[in-house]
Amino acid sequence: MMLRKLAFGAACVALSGLAAGAVTQANAQDSIYVQLPTYRTGPYAGSGIPIANGMADYLTMLNERDGGIGGVKITFDECETGYDTQKGVECYEAAKANNTVVFNPWSTGITLQVIPKAAVDKIPILSMAYGLSAAAEGDVFPWVFNPPDTYWDGLSAIIKDIGEREGGLDNLKGKKIGYLFLDAGYGREPIPLLEQLAEKYGFAVTQYPVAGKEMQNQSSQWLNVRRDNPDYMIMWGWGAMNPTAVKEATKIRYPMDKFYGVWWAGGDDDARAGGAQAKGYRTLNFHGTGADYPALQDIKKLVVDAGKSQVEADKFGDNLYNRGVYNSILMAEAIRTAQEMTGKTAITAEDMRVGLENLNIDEARIKEIGLEGFMKPVKVTCENHSGHHQVYVQEWDGEKWVAASDWFAPMTDVVEPLLKQAAEDYVKSNAPWPERQAECATRS
Amino acid sequence: MNALYAVLVDPFMQMAAQPDFLLQVLWEGLVGGILYALIALGFVLIFKASGVFNFAQGIMVVFAALSLVGLYEAGVPAWLALILAIAIMGVLALAVEGLVMRHLVNQPEIILLMSTIGLTYFLIGFGEFIFGGEPKVMITEELGLPTGSTVLEPAGLGRDGGPGLVILQHIDIAAAIIAIVMVTVLGIFFNKTRIGRALRAVADDHQAALSVGISLNQIWAIVWFAAGIVALATGIMWGARSDVSFALEIVALKALPVLILGGFTSIPGAIVGGLIIGIGEKLGEIYWGPLVGGGIESWLAYVIALIFLLFRPQGLFGERIIERI
Repeated sequence: MMLRKLAFGAACVALSGLAAGAVTQANAQDSIYVQLPTYRTGPYAGSGIPIANGMADYLTMLNERDGGIGGVKITFDECETGYDTQKGVECYEAAKANNTVVFNPWSTGITLQVIPKAAVDKIPILSMAYGLSAAAEGDVFPWVFNPPDTYWDGLSAIIKDIGEREGGLDNLKGKKIGYLFLDAGYGREPIPLLEQLAEKYGFAVTQYPVAGKEMQNQSSQWLNVRRDNPDYMIMWGWGAMNPTAVKEATKIRYPMDKFYGVWWAGGDDDARAGGAQAKGYRTLNFHGTGADYPALQDIKKLVVDAGKSQVEADKFGDNLYNRGVYNSILMAEAIRTAQEMTGKTAITAEDMRVGLENLNIDEARIKEIGLEGFMKPVKVTCENHSGHHQVYVQEWDGEKWVAASDWFAPMTDVVEPLLKQAAEDYVKSNAPWPERQAECATRS
Repeated sequence: MNALYAVLVDPFMQMAAQPDFLLQVLWEGLVGGILYALIALGFVLIFKASGVFNFAQGIMVVFAALSLVGLYEAGVPAWLALILAIAIMGVLALAVEGLVMRHLVNQPEIILLMSTIGLTYFLIGFGEFIFGGEPKVMITEELGLPTGSTVLEPAGLGRDGGPGLVILQHIDIAAAIIAIVMVTVLGIFFNKTRIGRALRAVADDHQAALSVGISLNQIWAIVWFAAGIVALATGIMWGARSDVSFALEIVALKALPVLILGGFTSIPGAIVGGLIIGIGEKLGEIYWGPLVGGGIESWLAYVIALIFLLFRPQGLFGERIIERI
C-alpha cells in the first residue's frame, strides 16, 4: 500500500515537472515571460494592489490590442511577496526558474537582497524609482536599473522645491526639517543624502522613525512633531503608514502645504484618509494621474470593461494604478528595444538588459504609444541606469491630485557625485565585487 | 554628569516649561492606553473562561471591523451593518466553539494556543478572500460617532507662560466613554448574572463546573461572542484613527505588555495595565526617546511590564499563584 502511494506521488511529481518544462519551453518559443512580484495581502496591500493592477492591465492591453510586443505575446504571473524580503527572494528564485526576462522586486529590502544575485544569474533588476540609489551607476551595477529617478533624486527634488518656496536654497539656513520614515531599508535609504544636504545648506534635520508594526500607531511621532515644530515635514512612507501619517498631521494641525511625501506616499487613498483637512498635502510624481490618455482608454476598453482586470471602476486611473502602468511601460519599451537591437522576437534576460540599457522613450514615442502628457522622456545609458529625470510636485485638493509645480530636474549636480561615492563605498563593503563584464552595446 | 542631567533633570524641565504639551501627551497616552485596554480585554475574557491565550484576538479585531465596513459598502445601512457584524461575530464564536474548542477539551494549554494561531492564519486568509486586501475607511460618521475636535487654550500653560493648546479629538473621547461602558457592562455581567457566575466557575475549575451542571460548550461560545463584540468595538475605534486594514492585526500585539502588567485574568487589570502602558510609553517616547534617537515606544512597553513583573510576577491584578508542595 505504502509503495503504491509512493509510486503515485512520484508519478505526480514527474508529470508536474514535465508540465512545467513544457510551459517553460513554450515560453521560450512563443512568448516572453515576465514575473510580476506583488503584494495584494498584508499591511502594505493598500499600496501594492493598485500597482499590481496597473502593471498587469497594461501588459494585458498590449496583448489584446497589439498581440503583444513585436508580435510576441507577453505571459506573466504574479508572485505574492507580502512586502516580505524572504518571500521576495523566493519569488526571485521562482522567476529565475521560469526564465523571466526581468525581475521587479517592488521593495527596497528585496532589491538589496537580489542585487548580488543578478549579475550571477544574468537577470536584470528593474527597481523603478526605488531600491539602492547608487545602483544608478551602470558601470558598477550593470544588471540593476532604477529609472526614472533614484530616492536621492527624489529627496533632492523636495529640498529644491522647499528652497524655491523660501526664495533660494541659501535661505534654508537655520530652518528645521522633519523626516518621518518607515524604519526599514526603504525609509533609511535617503538619510545619508539628507544629512549631507543639511550640512551643505545649513538646515537642521530631526528624524521620526516609524516601526513597521507601529504604522497605524503614530501619535508619538506626531506629538514630537508638534513639540519640535519643524518648518517642513518630509515623509518616506508606504502601505498603512501613509494614511495614518496624513490623519495624524491633520490632527495636530500641521500645515499640510508644508508636508511633503516622496512619490510612494502619494496614493489617492493615502491623502483621502485625511478628509478635507488633508487639502494641500504635497508629494512628488513622475507621471500623470487620471485616465485621460489614449493608452489608458485602451486599457479601459480592452481590459477593464472586458472584465479582464481586478481594478475597481472608481480606482482606475488612481495615482498608484498609473504607477503600475508606468512600470509596465518601461518593461514593454525595453523589450521592444531589445527586440530591435537583437533581431529576436522572443528575447532572453540578457537581451532585456541590453534593452534596458538603451531605453530611450522620447516625445515622439510617448505620443505614438498614446501617452502624450502622461510622462516625460526617459533615457537610460550604460553609465547612467537611472537618468535622474524631471519630476513635479502634486497637491491634494481634497478630492484628487492636481499638479502644483512645473516639471523640474532634481539636483543632479549635487546627487551624481554622491552616488558615485556611494557606489564606490558599496563595492568596498561588498568586496570582492565583480567588475562589469557586460559590453556596452549601443544602438547603431 | 551631562548624561545624568539629560536623563534625570531635563525631561522634567521640559514638562514644566510647556505644561499644555504635557497635558496633550498625557491625553494621547490615556487614549492610547484605553485602546490597548480594549484589545487586552478581548484576551482576558477568553483566558478567564478557558485558560486559552487567544492569539487570534488581533485578527478578530480586523475581521469584525472589515465585516462592518464591508456590509456597509455592500449597501447595508450603517446601523443594520453594525447589528449584522455583531451577528457575524456570534456565528464565528459558535464556529470556533463547535469546530475547534469542543474537540480540544482536556488538551494541554499549548495545544489550545496552537489552535488559536491556526485560527489566526485561517481568518487572515478568509478575510482577504472575502474582503480583499485593500484598506477600507471606517464609517465613523455613518455610525453616529463624533468627528472633529475641541480645542482648549488654557491660559498660562503654553510655552513661556503663554496661552496653551490642547486638542481633544471627539472620536478619542467617544473611545474613552465606550471603553468605560463596556467595562461596566462586562463587570456586571461577570459578577451579577447567572451566566457570569458560571463563567467564573469554569475559569476556576473546568471539572468542578461540569460536575455542577455547567455546560462548558455554552460558556465558551458565550465568551468567544463577548470577545467578538469587544473586538468589533476595538476595530471601530482603531479603524477611525487610521484605516481598517490587516496591518491592525499587528497593533493587537501591543496588548501583550498590558496583559503581562495587568494580569491575564483581570478585567480591571486590563484597563489599569492599558493606561499605565499607554501613558508610560508616550512619556518615555516624548521626553526620553530623543536621547537615544527616538523609536523606543515599540519596546518600552515591554520594559515597563517587565519592571512590574519583578515585583508582582502574577501582574498587578492577577491571581497570586500559591501551590502546596
